[in-house]
Amino acid sequence: MSAPATDIKPPAGSGALRHKLPGSVAWHIGSLLILAVILYPVIWVVGGSFKKSGDIVGSLDLFPGDPTIGNYTSLADGIADISISTFFFNSLFLAVGSVIGILVSCSLTAYAFAKIRFTGRNLLFTLMIGTLLLPYHVLLIPQYVLFRNMGMINTYTPLLLGKYLAIEAFFVFLMVQFMRNMPRELDEAARLDGCGHFRIYWSIVLPLSRPALITSAIFTFINSWNDFMGPLIYLNEPDKYTVSLGLKMFVDQEGLANYGGMIAMSLVALLPVLAFFLAFQRYLIDGMATSGLKG
Amino acid sequence: MGTTVTHAPAMEGLSEDKGSEPRHGPVKPERPAALKRRRRENLAGYLFMSPWIAGFLLLTAGPMVASLYFAFTDYNLFDAPKWIGLDNFSEMFGDPRWRHSVQVTLWYVVVGTPLKLIAALGVALLLAQSRRGQAFYRAAFYAPSLIGASVSVAIVWKAIFSDDAIVDRTQKIFGIDVGGWTGDPDMIIYSLVALTVWQFGAPMVIFLAGLKQVPRELYEAAEVDGAGKLRRFWNITLPMISPVLFFNVLLETIHSFQIFSSAYIVGGGAGGNACGPADGSMVYTCYLYVQGFENSRMGLASAMAWMLLVAVALVTAVLFWSQKRWVHYEEGAR
Repeated sequence: MSAPATDIKPPAGSGALRHKLPGSVAWHIGSLLILAVILYPVIWVVGGSFKKSGDIVGSLDLFPGDPTIGNYTSLADGIADISISTFFFNSLFLAVGSVIGILVSCSLTAYAFAKIRFTGRNLLFTLMIGTLLLPYHVLLIPQYVLFRNMGMINTYTPLLLGKYLAIEAFFVFLMVQFMRNMPRELDEAARLDGCGHFRIYWSIVLPLSRPALITSAIFTFINSWNDFMGPLIYLNEPDKYTVSLGLKMFVDQEGLANYGGMIAMSLVALLPVLAFFLAFQRYLIDGMATSGLKG
Repeated sequence: MGTTVTHAPAMEGLSEDKGSEPRHGPVKPERPAALKRRRRENLAGYLFMSPWIAGFLLLTAGPMVASLYFAFTDYNLFDAPKWIGLDNFSEMFGDPRWRHSVQVTLWYVVVGTPLKLIAALGVALLLAQSRRGQAFYRAAFYAPSLIGASVSVAIVWKAIFSDDAIVDRTQKIFGIDVGGWTGDPDMIIYSLVALTVWQFGAPMVIFLAGLKQVPRELYEAAEVDGAGKLRRFWNITLPMISPVLFFNVLLETIHSFQIFSSAYIVGGGAGGNACGPADGSMVYTCYLYVQGFENSRMGLASAMAWMLLVAVALVTAVLFWSQKRWVHYEEGAR
């Protein structure tokens, strides 16, 4: 098993070297099989979006025999007389608005938890962690009643306000973990030089928190983009609908009659999320990984 | 909440010192200065925290109290809530549709969560064996977790599992003819289970990070002692990653209880029901939505929400209680 003593390679790699070929072939075959299972539905759908509506269901072919882009061009007609770009713009507005809110409010809160010693900090931190485990549905109805009484139904306020009030405990938690791991000497030195907390937050801690901020921003964007229940409850005029709601409306109205269009629209709706993923997958995966380790 | 005058034991005499800092200066120079600093720290802390505190009061604590109150009232949004005591709860427990939704949800949690976690751990163990290509597979396996909650994927899922579509056709090749899953009241829930297992990537990433932290020396020592692969997994890997396992079990279970969008979309449209043919995918939150927002029974829906909270709290408590028996934290950590 162990490598001969004459081996010059460092010990970590030496044992593996001998088994490398057959082992890694099996490993790649296994991984590729899993990948195939995961991608199977995806490929079928992408292929299906280039088929005529009638050919999609009832066919095992992954790729169209007679490809057409008709499903995509039909999207230009919009849904219920509303252009698809309206839904995209609405979703984009909400997503960007959410990102700004989360970055500002959660980083301020996280700074307080990580860098300021104030009375009651531990209690508040426990409360915040508690909200992580709280089922959202308990708040659903009273929040709806609250926003309804404030006359904010069919506006974006209910969907955005919480983001500016650091309601997403997960991101606060992520940033706290990150800020706690920064060397203490940095901000202590700044304190001795007479820097106030806001200076330290703005010029030292925030720039150093970039990875955590980026992770939070991307997750926030994607969550907001995917959100269905919030818009479903608070928005009731189609021209205010997000992409998610527009899609649901599309399915309800056209459904099987325009199967191809439905699938094409679903794929188009996923594009921004996939683009974000491809561009930032490192940050996303590292963010996920650290959240688990520190929990 | 706004004021910050909770006294720490060491800060006795806080009020007397007020405004007398300069005079005390020469005698005990640090004390008033420290005091002043502490007060400044408190002020800064609560200033930085103020958005969160406002949000907590306005959007979490306040609504929770309101929800608890609504649970004991008859409230339709238009008339003032009317106190009816425990009527909502007795109606709920006596409602066969509510009991059905509990059953569907529990089944979904009990089948879906373990399958997803087993898939996540299995694939993580596989990926952890090699570095080459690991980053690529890890990213590819993770991708479904990001899009899985979207309406798009739910629509696609419905298409895949509907009658005569690709899953049905594939089954028929193997001689299984159960028809489309989404049209079958008993099978539709399994299409949702498949959807959650498809998103095994998120817990997998966390498992992988945990596996990376297991010291290699442990395996080498065990190998010298002649421990086989299975024993090494059971006696080293599993205990060493038990904290991340605990974290994953906790989060995935809590999330599973709250499934809504996919059940609503995959089930939606079939026979005019909001959640599946013959309520096949009528998970708990679907019924909560139907009662609250379609039937305007806000009081009843609040009672349902509180039952969900109690259930989730119980599961969380049991998991935390059980972790003494099977979760091993290294000395120093925690």
